Amino acid sequence: MRSGSDLFRQVARARAFEDALGALWREGRISGEMHLGTGEEGVAAGIVACLREGDAVALDHRPTPVLTALGVDLVAMLREMLGREDGLHRGRAGHMHLMSRAHLAASSGIVGSSAPLGAGFALAARTLRPGAVAVAFFGDGAANQGMLLETLNLAAAWSLPLLLVCKDNGWAITTRTENVTGGDLVARAAAFGLETADVDGADAGAVRDAAGAAIDRARRGKSPTFLRAQVSRLDGHFLGDPLVRTARAPATEGRGLLAAVTAASLARGGAGLGARGRSVLGLMDLLRRARREDRDTARDPLERARRAMAPAEAARIEDEALAEVARAVDAAGESGWRA
Amino acid sequence: MARMTFAGAIDAAVAEAMARDPRVVVLGEDVHSLRAPLFARFGAGRVLAAPISEAAFMGAAVGAAMAGLRPVAELMLVDFVGVCLDALLNQAAKVEAFTAGAWKVPLVVRTTCGGGYGDGGQHEQALWGLLAGIPGLSVVVPSTPADAHGLMVSALRHEGPVIFLEHKLLSGQWLEFMGRGGRETVSFDVPREGAEGEVTAGAEVAIGTAALRRSGDDLTIASLAVGVHRALAAAERLATEGLRCDVLDLRTVRPMDRDAIVASVRRTRRLLVVDEDYREFGLSGELAAVVLEAGLAPAFGRVCVDDTIPYARHLEDEALPSVERIAAAARRLAEAPHGASPPPSGYPTATS
Repeated sequence: MRSGSDLFRQVARARAFEDALGALWREGRISGEMHLGTGEEGVAAGIVACLREGDAVALDHRPTPVLTALGVDLVAMLREMLGREDGLHRGRAGHMHLMSRAHLAASSGIVGSSAPLGAGFALAARTLRPGAVAVAFFGDGAANQGMLLETLNLAAAWSLPLLLVCKDNGWAITTRTENVTGGDLVARAAAFGLETADVDGADAGAVRDAAGAAIDRARRGKSPTFLRAQVSRLDGHFLGDPLVRTARAPATEGRGLLAAVTAASLARGGAGLGARGRSVLGLMDLLRRARREDRDTARDPLERARRAMAPAEAARIEDEALAEVARAVDAAGESGWRA
Repeated sequence: MARMTFAGAIDAAVAEAMARDPRVVVLGEDVHSLRAPLFARFGAGRVLAAPISEAAFMGAAVGAAMAGLRPVAELMLVDFVGVCLDALLNQAAKVEAFTAGAWKVPLVVRTTCGGGYGDGGQHEQALWGLLAGIPGLSVVVPSTPADAHGLMVSALRHEGPVIFLEHKLLSGQWLEFMGRGGRETVSFDVPREGAEGEVTAGAEVAIGTAALRRSGDDLTIASLAVGVHRALAAAERLATEGLRCDVLDLRTVRPMDRDAIVASVRRTRRLLVVDEDYREFGLSGELAAVVLEAGLAPAFGRVCVDDTIPYARHLEDEALPSVERIAAAARRLAEAPHGASPPPSGYPTATS
């Protein structure tokens, strides 16, 4: 198990990599959607600290913090997202579909699909690599997918060496999870007969400790575990998230939407005033919540990890992480870049 | 007539139906924000934000439709149909057949499709061929705001399940959401006539009717959605070379407007299918069967998506039907004698 400075290093590396992806996306060098894992770095670092060779991870549409911590080549990942022939998957995959067979790590853009995939990884681990485990990462939004709920049962029924990690950021895209979720996610998993743990996902050390116990249990062939890690979503559902843009700049970015909502709320025909009012207030509440998630607070895993370090050492490690990522970006952009 | 965007034209049809008919409800992930104006006007009782539970809310939409509502179920991307295919394949599509027409499922599935903005192979598929292969479903894929509006008007009045596919390159809202994200640093090859145009509010476009967008006796190009605009651009180019094309906008995949296809191909004796869906076991092969079954043996070619859509923009551009690929395929067909299909270029063959 790694020391505090090792955990901090992984959090810092992951953040530096996510920020590089954000910059490249904004420059138009990465296309399509970009779901950053900012806010989830503590979970990635804490879990990966407990893994060893032969373990497998199933990832969702925010795979990069875990892949970074696993040691997947940063240059190859960057080149992949730049759409280059020398990328990790020769430009075929993009950020939602990054995989590394060498690390037994695979991501998918279909919400919830990482859970059954992880169950299969766990089955293969138990059969072929006794003592090895699998981890499935997903969000609280995914926790309402049928395939995920079915996997909670399957994992329990087959007693799979599986750790199910729910990165609970309170959001299902632009929906507040609490508005579309019955009961409590941890209690739900417990009802399936799984061991459970509930940790502050901004605290990489707490994640590592909880995951370490769960993974030790899995290595010994005991019950699978559902671990909820409460995190913040620091950059919206994806970069350019209209909800975040509207929340941060209602007068400019949100003008069209707000005008349309106002006009519609006054249009003839439709619900009564009470229902219309509740809708408008609900939308305002969403914007208020979207505005609240910021960096450099207690909810930011980098800030949290930084606070636990001596300032000089923290600064040194962060500088090293930034330099490593900067070198990777340079290396990824060296030649053959197609504008 | 009013000038509308593609998405705005669809929204207008839905809003009009909701104002007129209290049985019309909208449900799906994020509909409170994606359809914020509808949410503000009709309230949470009729614009129902669903959890990310496609199997549950699509299945529930089928039940709701059977029991008297007229749901518009929004499936964010058609790629996600894998999660809820049972509701469509084995439930919605079967009820009318099982009850010999006594019980119908007036369900509209509004979903997005298509590529051209670099989102990779799990978010850019067309899949209309997969869905149109299921008896009991209607599958519509408009290419203009007027058709988007008119087909949604028809879908909302239809007694059976209709899959309404909204191409993201035509729908500015979705392209902004999935592709641009507020950036000025990216650009997309958006067909202007498809993204915005004149719409007559309330004007129906009948499900199952194709539209001839351009006439020419040498070759029929049949397509859908963005492919129609690419085909029209190719036809314009080919006309300067003396090759005159019919461009047939199918608009509906199922039920197929066989008469329109046969009438055109009977005249041109050459058929080129431009299909953003997968080449094999899909729409393009079905169109070949349509003309063969009509007793025609035209020269035949197809420009489709051959494999999983790659993420990289330049690879994606090569994978999706382009004006260049369409024009090249049309020239090959034109050079072939009537009734003989030229060997397709670039396709794997049995010996390769």
